[in-house]
Amino acid sequence: MSVHLPPFETLIDAHAAELHRFLVGCVGPIEAQDCLQETFMSALRAYPRLRHGDNLRAWLYTIAQRKATDAIRRVARRPTRDLDGVDPAAAPEHDASDDGLWRLVRDLPAKQRAAVTHRFVLDLAYAEIGVRMGITEEAARQNVSAGLRRLRREVTDDR
Amino acid sequence: MTDDLERRLAGDAPRPTLDLDGLRSAIARRAEAEGLLDVAHATYDSPLGQLTIIVTPRGLLRLSYPGESIETQLDDLSDRISPRILAAPERTDGVRRELDEYFAGARQSFDVPIDWRLVRGFAGEVLRATARIPFGGVSTYRGVATDAGSPNAYRAAGNALGSNPIPIVVPCHRVLHAGGGLGGYTGGLDRKRFLLTLEGVLPGNDPGLAGV
Repeated sequence: MSVHLPPFETLIDAHAAELHRFLVGCVGPIEAQDCLQETFMSALRAYPRLRHGDNLRAWLYTIAQRKATDAIRRVARRPTRDLDGVDPAAAPEHDASDDGLWRLVRDLPAKQRAAVTHRFVLDLAYAEIGVRMGITEEAARQNVSAGLRRLRREVTDDR
Repeated sequence: MTDDLERRLAGDAPRPTLDLDGLRSAIARRAEAEGLLDVAHATYDSPLGQLTIIVTPRGLLRLSYPGESIETQLDDLSDRISPRILAAPERTDGVRRELDEYFAGARQSFDVPIDWRLVRGFAGEVLRATARIPFGGVSTYRGVATDAGSPNAYRAAGNALGSNPIPIVVPCHRVLHAGGGLGGYTGGLDRKRFLLTLEGVLPGNDPGLAGV
């Protein structure tokens, strides 16, 4: 008997809302839409080849974390000035509701960003953060505190 | 230890709202375009109640009456066909159109391809024989058993008809008892009577919906 996987749509219904919050934390509301779709599309492509159906949620978060990292690299590569050196007027990367502090989170290294988002957007304990990131509880704790240290420096520098 | 920064992070954490229906249809659309929509399903409001239509790229796989849990069916199909299962009403448009025409009295046979993967062996032969009974005609359990190649296997034929995954389109309602009785029906005898009346086998201008 091969592995039982639930119908794919049940993954969307069960996890989309929370994944969306995670992604908004990681990449902001505009990129999050795209990342969420890309997360589910990648998952759908690979789904029948999964060898076990344990912790599908952690699997989805690993994919989402990767999509978030890709999106942040993409945004970083995007030119912020056009050829004449004039700021392009209509290219907002973040909308007004996007808080300044969370913008700083997006500049953290990928693992710290994901860990801080798990901790403060989804309010997860370190053990669960570890499960979702495929790292130990201790490593999850370290990523969060390293991220916080860095954020504190940034916040102080801004003043 | 919680300091000011941590309080601000938690307090300012984004709480976005998600358009889940929009996401579902976007994924279904892209899955279809990439050939990843292995099993698509949708509901269909018929004169016999709300039916569930399940299709694959090969054709119509399941048509089920109310009362059969859709979750249980899809869970089963996840093992038997593919776990790439999504709600995708557009993919079932062809089947819906033909059902609309059939219930309106404007169609006598179905042209949608059928995916026979849920029936195997003798049961498959019985249902294929059943699919050849024309609109307005009837057969018997022994009749379809004979057409399926085993005249004596009429009990097995009855079982195959009782577990027909595609009622209405594979017209198991056209199989009656040799003595003239209606026999059984998965969807209940009222539905069998309705379909036979619609097809002019039983008398009555308006099939009526009493008891359905």
